Amino acid sequence: MLEVRDLEVAFGQIAPLCGVSFALEKGETLGIVGESGSGKSLTAMSVMGLLPLSGGRITAGSIIFDGQELTKLPEAAYRKLRGGRLGLITQNPMTSLDPLQKIGPQVDAVARLHLGITGQQARARTIEILGTLRIPEPALICDRYPHQMSGGMKQRIVIAGALAANPDLLVADEPTTALDVTVQAQIIRLLDDLVKERALSLVLITHDMSVVAQTCDKVVVMYAGRAIEQGPVEAIFAEPQHPYTQALIGCIPKGLSEDEHLVGIPGTVPTVMNYPKGCPFHPRCIRAEDICTKTSPSLLPRGDGAVSCHFPGAAP
Amino acid sequence: MTSITDTIARALSGFRSTPMSRAFGSWLGKIAGGFLALLVLTAIFAPWITPFDYTAQDLTNGNAPPGWPHLLGTDQFGRDVLSRVIYGARTSLSVSATAIAISITVGMTLGAAAGYFGGFFERAVMTVVDLTWSFPDILIALIFVAIIGPGLTSTTFAIAIAYLAQFTRLTRAQIVRLKQETFIEVTINLGAKPHHILLKHLLPNAIAPVIVVGMLAIGDGIVLEATLGFFGLGAQPPTPSWGAMMASGTAKLFLSPWVIISPGVVVAVTVIAVNLFGDELIRALDIRDRIRDS
Repeated sequence: MLEVRDLEVAFGQIAPLCGVSFALEKGETLGIVGESGSGKSLTAMSVMGLLPLSGGRITAGSIIFDGQELTKLPEAAYRKLRGGRLGLITQNPMTSLDPLQKIGPQVDAVARLHLGITGQQARARTIEILGTLRIPEPALICDRYPHQMSGGMKQRIVIAGALAANPDLLVADEPTTALDVTVQAQIIRLLDDLVKERALSLVLITHDMSVVAQTCDKVVVMYAGRAIEQGPVEAIFAEPQHPYTQALIGCIPKGLSEDEHLVGIPGTVPTVMNYPKGCPFHPRCIRAEDICTKTSPSLLPRGDGAVSCHFPGAAP
Repeated sequence: MTSITDTIARALSGFRSTPMSRAFGSWLGKIAGGFLALLVLTAIFAPWITPFDYTAQDLTNGNAPPGWPHLLGTDQFGRDVLSRVIYGARTSLSVSATAIAISITVGMTLGAAAGYFGGFFERAVMTVVDLTWSFPDILIALIFVAIIGPGLTSTTFAIAIAYLAQFTRLTRAQIVRLKQETFIEVTINLGAKPHHILLKHLLPNAIAPVIVVGMLAIGDGIVLEATLGFFGLGAQPPTPSWGAMMASGTAKLFLSPWVIISPGVVVAVTVIAVNLFGDELIRALDIRDRIRDS
């Protein structure tokens, strides 16, 4: 359904994304995890063709969606895909809806634009979608303004907008970051159900490893603009090979036991301006040796997945 | 007074709390808004409330002091000052409002296009617009009047051009700011076409400060219209204009001061009322920072 191969993105001289590859089948969920600034959102923007908005461009690689090369698609054709067959759910539901328009018309517009249905029909469809997203009294909600809704409700409406034209692929860019924990769980469960009910493909971008473990089939771990480890979720969680992946999994709270402390990862993600030479993770890596500071490891298959490390292996 | 303005506010707002009714909420808003409402009604119903024909001359009764039957006295031709002030409101308000309407229409179009499309088009538009702003209002107006001759049409266009820069800049600033908002990105993501984004999402969200600045500009427009009238470049006799009436009063300033004082006071009070009410609107809409943006 979606295949991204060796994607490279540049903003002028700066290349914040280099060599990201992954593939996604119909009905599958792919998780992209990583800390802030690792290039997760850029990957999503590349797939949606939104890079020109922020002055970026794709310098190499390809994005193939349903047999169609997207990197060279003209804007007019892309516009038909966006909202039509490609849906995006953004990070912050608080600011994702037009404050001056009622909920109904905002969701109607999508079906009107992509499915060519009008007036009553579009509204009926909106109400139906809002209903499937477990929004109470969808017909009444249509006449509300965004400021009258809670964050979780707004995110559901954003999802409704993304779903209104029956997309095949949904890209969710940290859909729960701005919501509180209980609502987060609801939204994630909702997305998971949607994937199953509608045979959608979902790219779920998050920095929460536990969400990935619960919902995804495949996972790509990103660090400093590269995929450093990827593969099926079971394999990655059972035997993470990259020290960074191991550290991320180590950050998941496991229970209430008093003597088990959560481990953090020392240091911070380097900014795009000063990616270190060699393996980008070496300044924070416990396994780093001389070679790590000099040459960058390439992503090589290992087990069921692939890992980019000079010293891959299970945690000691 | 209070009950009248409350009724007006409620009628305007359809009995709900809207920025308009909230602007009428404070006592300043009530006084200023009430005066303006009264002025507009006076201008509309001028033919029915003026005690005399504003052109009727009575040379035997020139420069008569205020009294009965001429409440504000007469000018040098014996014309009733009150009637002329009332008709002057028609001229002033309609010229200023028309000019600002033109200015807003053109300014918003230019500003929105510049802000949305950016690039060379934006730089070209903004350079020209900023250039008009580097001249004082009155100078632009004078240039315009010099080109197409004195009269109400040229006054209207002169005012429109003098305030064009303000609306273009304001709209552009709003659009540039709004373009960064997530909901615009979401709309793009849903496949919306540029004209849909601009007309359905960007402009409606940009319009509030433009309305308020437009309101304040009508006040400035009234002053500019009066100024041009004072110089004899605006309304031509016998059309009554506050500025022209004041100019005719200067000749006999000490002999019959009411001829200059009456329209002068009305201009001053009107402009103060417009500004006070504009301030109340800004407060009611909570957009002070957005207006300062530009």
